[in-house]
Amino acid sequence: MKEIPALEHPVAAAADLGMGSPSGNAPSVTKRLSYIKERFIEVLLFLAAFSSVAITVGIVGTLLYESASFFAYVSLKEFLTGTLWTPLFASPRFGILPLITGTLVTTVVALVVALPIGTVVAIYLSEFAPSSVREIVKPALELLSAVPTVVYGYFALQFMSPLLQKLFPGLPTFNMLSAGVVMGIMIIPYVSSLSEDAMRAVPMSLREGAYAMGANRIITALKVVYPAALSGIVASYILAISRAIGETMIVAIAAGMQPNLTLDPREPAATITAFIVQVSLGDLPHGSIGYQSIFAAGVTLFIMTLIFNILGYILRKRFREVY
Amino acid sequence: MSASLEIGIASLTQMTISDQHAQPQVSSEVAEAGQKTVGSPKIKAEVEGLNFFYGKLQALKNINMGFNANQVTAIIGPSGCGKSTLLRCFNRIHDLYPETRYEGKIILQPSGINLIGPETDPLEMRMRMSMVFQKPNAFPKSVFDNVAFGLRLRGVAGKELKDQVEQSLRSAALWDEVKDRLRESAYTLSGGQQQRLCIARALATEPEILLFDEPTSALDPIATAKIENLIFDLKREVTVVIVTHNMQQAARVSDFTAFMYLGELIELAPTKVMFENPAIKLTEEYITGHFG
Amino acid sequence: MSDFKRIIAKRKRQDFIFNIVGIMCTLVGIVTLGALLTDLLMDGLTRLNWTFLTSFPSRFAARAGILSSWVGTLLIMLVTALTAVPLGVSAGIYLEEYARKNWVTNLIEINIANLAGVPSIIYGLMALGLLVYQFKLGQSVLTGGLTLAFLILPIVIVATREALRTIPQGIREAAYALGSSKWQVVRHHLLPYSLGGTMTGIIIALSRAIGETAPLITIGALTFIAFLPPLPVTTQPPFLSIEWLWSPFSVLPIQMFNWVSRPDQDFVVNAAGAGLVLIVVTLLLNAIAILIRYRVRKRIKW
Repeated sequence: MKEIPALEHPVAAAADLGMGSPSGNAPSVTKRLSYIKERFIEVLLFLAAFSSVAITVGIVGTLLYESASFFAYVSLKEFLTGTLWTPLFASPRFGILPLITGTLVTTVVALVVALPIGTVVAIYLSEFAPSSVREIVKPALELLSAVPTVVYGYFALQFMSPLLQKLFPGLPTFNMLSAGVVMGIMIIPYVSSLSEDAMRAVPMSLREGAYAMGANRIITALKVVYPAALSGIVASYILAISRAIGETMIVAIAAGMQPNLTLDPREPAATITAFIVQVSLGDLPHGSIGYQSIFAAGVTLFIMTLIFNILGYILRKRFREVY
Repeated sequence: MSASLEIGIASLTQMTISDQHAQPQVSSEVAEAGQKTVGSPKIKAEVEGLNFFYGKLQALKNINMGFNANQVTAIIGPSGCGKSTLLRCFNRIHDLYPETRYEGKIILQPSGINLIGPETDPLEMRMRMSMVFQKPNAFPKSVFDNVAFGLRLRGVAGKELKDQVEQSLRSAALWDEVKDRLRESAYTLSGGQQQRLCIARALATEPEILLFDEPTSALDPIATAKIENLIFDLKREVTVVIVTHNMQQAARVSDFTAFMYLGELIELAPTKVMFENPAIKLTEEYITGHFG
Repeated sequence: MSDFKRIIAKRKRQDFIFNIVGIMCTLVGIVTLGALLTDLLMDGLTRLNWTFLTSFPSRFAARAGILSSWVGTLLIMLVTALTAVPLGVSAGIYLEEYARKNWVTNLIEINIANLAGVPSIIYGLMALGLLVYQFKLGQSVLTGGLTLAFLILPIVIVATREALRTIPQGIREAAYALGSSKWQVVRHHLLPYSLGGTMTGIIIALSRAIGETAPLITIGALTFIAFLPPLPVTTQPPFLSIEWLWSPFSVLPIQMFNWVSRPDQDFVVNAAGAGLVLIVVTLLLNAIAILIRYRVRKRIKW
């Protein structure tokens, strides 16, 4: 315990009182100094905390500033209703719809995989598995979300695609299905971990109430624990959606990069994120319309994830149950 | 306070040492009182040589006692004496947790089934018992669905379900207060109402024994009084066991009282006898507030 | 009575079936992780040798290596850690120990929650518009490091706060009772006691940053780079140089991405090799984090 030096400055805590010190002694210089030092540190710490706000301002500002130039050139109507996205062609077209459908299709495929599996895993770990199993399985599953997404992209292209081609003959090498499925598996731990936390936070007394009525495990889990933990579970779903929309490398590698207005997951298509990557890989001059188009795409992506973040916030408020 | 506590503990250590292997003092009036009661002198459950362990810790030591049908038996004793542990043996709630172990028997009459026997299914026992817990633990569902929960588990549906829910809410003296808000979340009810909802939920499945685990410890005096009246009335329909650390409550609602200490049953007697003339000094000291 | 038996049998069957379904679903994740590792090992293990680690990328798959990209990753991580750790830990301390309940604090808290949900590629766009072109930092190691630092800042802040929150109030009161000032309490008590939890969070955040590809592609990291940044140590006084901060760079995940998108199967093998290195590093970091978390939990019992 070398922390004892605190005793050397026994007045420091009282320094907030400043001049009006009841001791009546002349204002000590050390007292003033330590007060100034304390204030200085607090200001520094505040600035660090406030830097996060600066980052947000930077994000929103940059997106708005750069896409403002874009929308000075492209009408909002064309952007939102056009069905062709060819900003780098000689005669460019700027309809974002193909990128949005690409994003939605891969997201939906990922969610179809991640939400049911993640929920079942959460229920299994929280209500069925012995604690020894849970202690091992939970960190193991969390490793799934630690694997770099570019590695998942490789896996989707080199492993999942050939595998799915056996199930669906004629499936092209690049397709949204493989990318979506792998993305879904990557998202499982987001759903299962958070949902399990939420379910384990449900007080034991509720479970005992259900078991005392003669309920079995699955009924207790589905009819009592799941609804009681709904706020946390919904939050995990929203997080999963938000992750899937913003995921980049898997789709950039495995879904193909051509904008393609389709709802068929077996086709290749570009997502908003994949388009940004594709443009960034080339060498676009700063200030060109192609350069600006990635910011317009970025704004769209940002708004989509923002909507889900806000939705998650509202749902969490509405479903908040008091035990 | 602390002085009397020490005296209490001192005398108690003597007591437990000397009485370690003695049978608990069961008043001879127990059986007689049972027979005097008009209508139902029957025994509903008999506990024989019950030991219970949490891992290596023995929480119940050689409990032997009977519970009369259609009467209220109160179990009192200081915190940690094992009274809730004993109660929770009846619906095998302990089975939910790892490393718990029963020894001995709890024979349920008239079926003669040993409800803690390894051959007995905990699920079946929980279907035949009901329990009301310390804190109201209404499910995050509507008032109606809370009461219907156990019935649905048993396959009841339709009009029958509705009628039985209403019947249970009436028995729990809650119907008039909630009949217009059956579809609202149970959490909109007050604490006392929620606890009566839990009683209605427990009654709905027509249990053989209704177990109360300190049902009023989280409630205000008015809500407590309502629930005590309810418990008193309920014995016409069902056998009641109530664990409480409130001796006045035991005196008010029960026909028989059992006093437990450190996992042992010290004394079992008709409530009147127990509170006016306990046979054992330790009981008297507890009842008169010298410790616990 | 037989009614009971029938219902009970049905309930038990339900539980049994769900148990199987639960195990299968859990296995989906575990099996995928296994398949992914095996797939990488089978494809990439042959490429993993000293030459691969010490060669620059090349037009010829067999000669190409990951030297410039792992050096780039290392330098980027240095900048990221040096930025995100002091900033994030300070912010966490402020929010947990200093902040009053007012609208500014509220704003910061909501903002951090929101930042955590912003896709990583958006950070890349911000860095491209702001750092690269407005602040003229160029497509440099500095820009890349800062971008990833911003990206993981919310993780570091949240981890710091959670670690601080586990310290019982009694410790603070005891320190104040000895006459410590607020900063002394933080410096001498709270920081050392929360170190384990904070470290875990920092390591996990860095392991995430190592795998990040998209934001660095967006700011214009190169995919083919056949030289190393200037050394941070020089022969002339003052013997330290920050020239490397302004150097162009590539990182491991970008190198892997570059190789995996080529049609030539030989390069795909290279991609698997780079992927192996990447995954070993991230899994190692995560294992360290789990170990620290485990030891902290065992050591400290409040």
